[in-house]
Amino acid sequence: MISQVFILSSKGDHLIYKDFRGEARSDAVSVFYEKVTALTGDQPPVVMTHQDLHFVHVRQGGLYWVATAAADSSPFTLIEFLNRLTALIKDYCGSLSEKSVRMNFALIYELLDEAVDYGYIQTTSSDVLKNFIQTEAVSSRPFSLFDLSNVGLFGAETQQSKVAPSSAAARPILSGREQGGKSEIFVDVIERMSVVIGSNGVLMKADIEGEIRVKCYMSSCSEMRIGLNEEFSIGKSQLRGYGAAVRVDECSFHQAVRLDEFDNHRILRLCPSQGEQTVMQYQLSDDLPSAPPFRLFPTIERDFGGRLLMYLKLRCDLPPKSAAINVSVTIPVPKGSLSMSQELSSPDQSAELKPQSKAVVWQIARFPGGTQLSALFKLEVPGLSSASMLEVGPVGLSFELPKFTASGLQIRFLRLSPVQPGPAQRWVRYVTHSDSYCIRV
Amino acid sequence: MPYLGSEDTVRELRRALSNPNVQSDHLRYRNTILKVIRAMSQGVDVSGLFSEMVKACATVDVVQKKLVYVFLCSYASLNPELSLLVINTLRKDCQDPNPMVRSLALRNMTNLRLPSLVEYVEQPLTAGLRDRAACVRRVAVLGWAKLHNLQPNSDIDAAVVNELYSLLRDPDPVVMVNCLRALEEILKEEGGVAINKPIAHHLLNRLKECDVWGQCEALKVLQRYRPQSEDELFDILSLLDPSLLSPHPPVMAATVSLFLSLCSGLPAVSLSALERVRGPLLAACGSASREMRFAALCHIQLLLRSLPGLMGAHYKRFFCGYAEPAYIKQRKMQVLVELVNDDNVALVLDELKGYCTDVNTDTAQAAISAIGRIGRSYSDRCLEILTGLLGLKQEHITSAVVQTVRDLVWVCPQCSDAVCLALEGCEETLQDSQGRQALLWLLGVYGERVSSAPYVLEVFIDGVRSEVSLGVKTELLTATMRLFLCRPAETQDMLGRLLHYCIEEETDMCVRDQALLYYRLLHCGIEETRKVLQGRRSDPSLGVLIGRPAEPVSQWARSFNTLEPLRQDAAETDSASGGSAEPVTSDPKPNTDLSDTLNPSQVEMVHTGSEGASLCPESSADFLASAAGVPLSLSLSPALSPEEFERLWLRRQGLHAERGGEEKEEEEDCVCVEERVHCPAPPRCSPQSLQAALQLVNIQALAFTPPHTLPWRVYLYTHTTHTHSHANAPRTTLILGELLYTGEAKESKGRVKKEADDGEDAGEGAMEGKEEEKEGEEVTDDRLSERETEGGEREEEEVKVTLKQQPRDEEALKAFLSILATVLQTLSSERA
Repeated sequence: MISQVFILSSKGDHLIYKDFRGEARSDAVSVFYEKVTALTGDQPPVVMTHQDLHFVHVRQGGLYWVATAAADSSPFTLIEFLNRLTALIKDYCGSLSEKSVRMNFALIYELLDEAVDYGYIQTTSSDVLKNFIQTEAVSSRPFSLFDLSNVGLFGAETQQSKVAPSSAAARPILSGREQGGKSEIFVDVIERMSVVIGSNGVLMKADIEGEIRVKCYMSSCSEMRIGLNEEFSIGKSQLRGYGAAVRVDECSFHQAVRLDEFDNHRILRLCPSQGEQTVMQYQLSDDLPSAPPFRLFPTIERDFGGRLLMYLKLRCDLPPKSAAINVSVTIPVPKGSLSMSQELSSPDQSAELKPQSKAVVWQIARFPGGTQLSALFKLEVPGLSSASMLEVGPVGLSFELPKFTASGLQIRFLRLSPVQPGPAQRWVRYVTHSDSYCIRV
Repeated sequence: MPYLGSEDTVRELRRALSNPNVQSDHLRYRNTILKVIRAMSQGVDVSGLFSEMVKACATVDVVQKKLVYVFLCSYASLNPELSLLVINTLRKDCQDPNPMVRSLALRNMTNLRLPSLVEYVEQPLTAGLRDRAACVRRVAVLGWAKLHNLQPNSDIDAAVVNELYSLLRDPDPVVMVNCLRALEEILKEEGGVAINKPIAHHLLNRLKECDVWGQCEALKVLQRYRPQSEDELFDILSLLDPSLLSPHPPVMAATVSLFLSLCSGLPAVSLSALERVRGPLLAACGSASREMRFAALCHIQLLLRSLPGLMGAHYKRFFCGYAEPAYIKQRKMQVLVELVNDDNVALVLDELKGYCTDVNTDTAQAAISAIGRIGRSYSDRCLEILTGLLGLKQEHITSAVVQTVRDLVWVCPQCSDAVCLALEGCEETLQDSQGRQALLWLLGVYGERVSSAPYVLEVFIDGVRSEVSLGVKTELLTATMRLFLCRPAETQDMLGRLLHYCIEEETDMCVRDQALLYYRLLHCGIEETRKVLQGRRSDPSLGVLIGRPAEPVSQWARSFNTLEPLRQDAAETDSASGGSAEPVTSDPKPNTDLSDTLNPSQVEMVHTGSEGASLCPESSADFLASAAGVPLSLSLSPALSPEEFERLWLRRQGLHAERGGEEKEEEEDCVCVEERVHCPAPPRCSPQSLQAALQLVNIQALAFTPPHTLPWRVYLYTHTTHTHSHANAPRTTLILGELLYTGEAKESKGRVKKEADDGEDAGEGAMEGKEEEKEGEEVTDDRLSERETEGGEREEEEVKVTLKQQPRDEEALKAFLSILATVLQTLSSERA
């Protein structure tokens, strides 16, 4: 049971405030903001209590999404609801930001009104809600296919010739009505890697969390069939096919997915509802099908002038036709580091010393598979002792691997039935993010 | 616009709203209304526009209607008269052919929250229950709940309740779930909706039709159902099995709660359910939403209290991601500490070592203290890491390491050599008072082994004038005194200077009194001083008992899937989980130190969560079951500090003394009872085993005298929670207790008098609270010895139990007493 829901900007401005039960005090919003800004670092912020008010909040899109509830309510339900609310608003408004929430406040009130009654969640399915929602979304920037300034982040496997802009899926689902029903469907395979590599180069931990997300802009689509790799197997014992098996440890599906063809042909059948939904989630732990994408060969020493020398070789072990983008390598350095000189192997990289976080951040815009980059950092550290060397590392990497899945999962085909009358466009996109990629030195 | 004064804004909006040109153009009209709502949500008071908005309500434009309703529902309570005007429009809308308009009108009619309008609302609501559109029925069902809460005293028509019950069979699952919700609210006094067998099975069968939220609600309501037979129970459990593995964390958690409540009598079944839920919980720990991760982590901590081995193989899932926020990292480290075993200790320590140099100082400190916790079982490896960290010469790291090392030495005295070596030179980097207090304590206790100790203290003493922290000053006094005892030649001069400063110039009473106390103590001679100051330097009993017994699931089942596990901060979790991190080791604080050294034979403070040896593993469940037929559960949280205990206990003593030795008293909703329990052994058994036995049933012993001293006493407390059979709200009470064993009745009077006198002599100049306690005890003792002389011979085999309960609850008190008696008798029988 939810007593109030409100959305605050990061500066504490009230964006949305909805009191469902008329029981709580009206100063809850300011109480919340005071508490959340007064938190010290070691206090968990998710649940906060003020007298008999209990705040549960999530942070997304730089905003605070807060619900107040009684002490015995389920945290899982509240957090899931708030996450679902952000997803709904993203669906309806196109993107999630302070600006889009400000512009679409009427729509959001309407959504909240239909989704929750008297503090009880009625429905959060965009299929059901679309029948009730009347307000049109206001896009902050109207979507146009001609706006191709940042093409090329994702490719489409099904239609090699065409490339959808990365912002293609960031638009309101209902605007299709007036834009002449451009029916499109996006199927995204998104994986998050968390990897720890020991100082001796041994893979110590490797987890992959993946999901298949369908984002549908089609008003009428009775059934969709998604074919996965034939060799896809679940669990350690099961093996299928003769080729390299694609294996996951655990796998769960959206309740609307029908699995009658899954056992034999690895086909998921579902009727996608408008908006975004996660069709399948899977995890794979402690066993990567291929080598981890990055290896680091560091040499760290002191020179005679009391400077710290870090010579880093970073190798990308992806297949040669893939590449990593937006690679950012964070190397913690001793606290007293004053300045840094650098030698990088190519001009499209950059590196700087961040004094606040005592780290060197090395940015690589694009890093093709099978290549190796090197960098030499010389740090001026007054009073450098041998113990200070302990402060160097572990190195953290964050990156994005477009057109690549670490587990090897691929989508063989994507069929819609009945066959769409208009020119339906189907996009399949793959991307792997780094959740946490640590290399010890 | 938001920056205009609100009066200007309102005036401008009113002009626009009443402009006929605007009213005739529905797009402009709608935009103006939008502006009103925008101002409203930004916090501008636009209630003055109420009458204009009421007019705007009569329109065919649904969007405009919705906007106006948002406004009206917010301000209706300020304008009850004007709101009456809206009702007509709303009632007309309830007849609209469009079901969406009907449901909208019905919902907002009930959202106006005006008791005066109830009479107009009832009729459309009754009609709404029978509407052919499901969305109208959904709204109407909840409407009755709103109506009921608007007038809590008026009885809702029995016919309506019956109709709601029959709507549980509605084809629409949301209507069904809403009926449950509405009935829960309407029948709150009677304990919520009645779940009989047909309803329970109906709900279970329709669970699949509901969405995630509906399932959670139904599962929650089902917790009240008690299956009539074991077969039925297992049918239900197998029906629920798929939702246990649901990919949606809310459903999974609600199912676990239901499992735990259904299987409360079958611990083996609930444990196997918890094993099954491991996969989904771990998946939630890796969820993309960090808040969800946090919730799952907190619940895993709960589970580990009963199933310490549950996650052992999956320890790598609790390694921290480098971009994770600090609060998740800290929780993960708390879990990691629990999972350490011989196989993974090297890997876990390697990982934790990486966090010690984290940019975030809180994370770094948490990692260091986590290493300290592991050090209780693997001291060599951990000390190596910790001493290595001292080389970094960083303020926050050194401070955390010194505190951790102090705590470690308290538990594992065998580490003291390595620690003494490492202490050299770290005083230069210590800045904060906590770290310096820890260093001083170590120097005082192990001063003879740290060669530079006097020089370090001298630096502190020279700077004492500019010292701001009271803790550091009192710790400095104690440390210098202790060092003086073992290295008098080097310390005498500086001790003199310190005492002089503290007595003559110090303005703070506590520090001055302590200095005076030490000064007078020194007059009594070196042997007396030694006796008082050289208290315990470690408590190895805490360290040996690493594998604490698994708690029964019922300890925490009630708080599963509530906000409680997420709310506790780190320290509370530690003490509640019986682990022994900070609270135990905060022992070497000057105050408690002083009190236990003052009167070494009398009261020994051993506060908070030390682990218990498993004396009688199966016992706690039995006690709970046998407790006079009342389902009673004891718990230690919230923890009571010794100071708080003293305050509450003394209040009781005051009351008691006034009234004389009555058997039972009632005042301010609290109750005192005295009982005698026949059990000779406890006074002779070791504190550790008594502590362990009490802790097994969640009774906390706060202080007790060493064995074989007379009179022998124990102070203890616990919280009881129990559900009355008629009311469903659980009642919680706090019980404070004293166990007293005086041995031979005749002798006791004289002894007591003497000890009390001694106590006062020694306590002169000490903290006042202590004196009060002594007096309080004296009162009890006097009264007791009177009673005993008239009482008879049987006393020597009995322990007198004095209990105080707040608020009073006879049943719980009786049940508690029987639990306590059972524990004491079990102990006696084991000794015999």
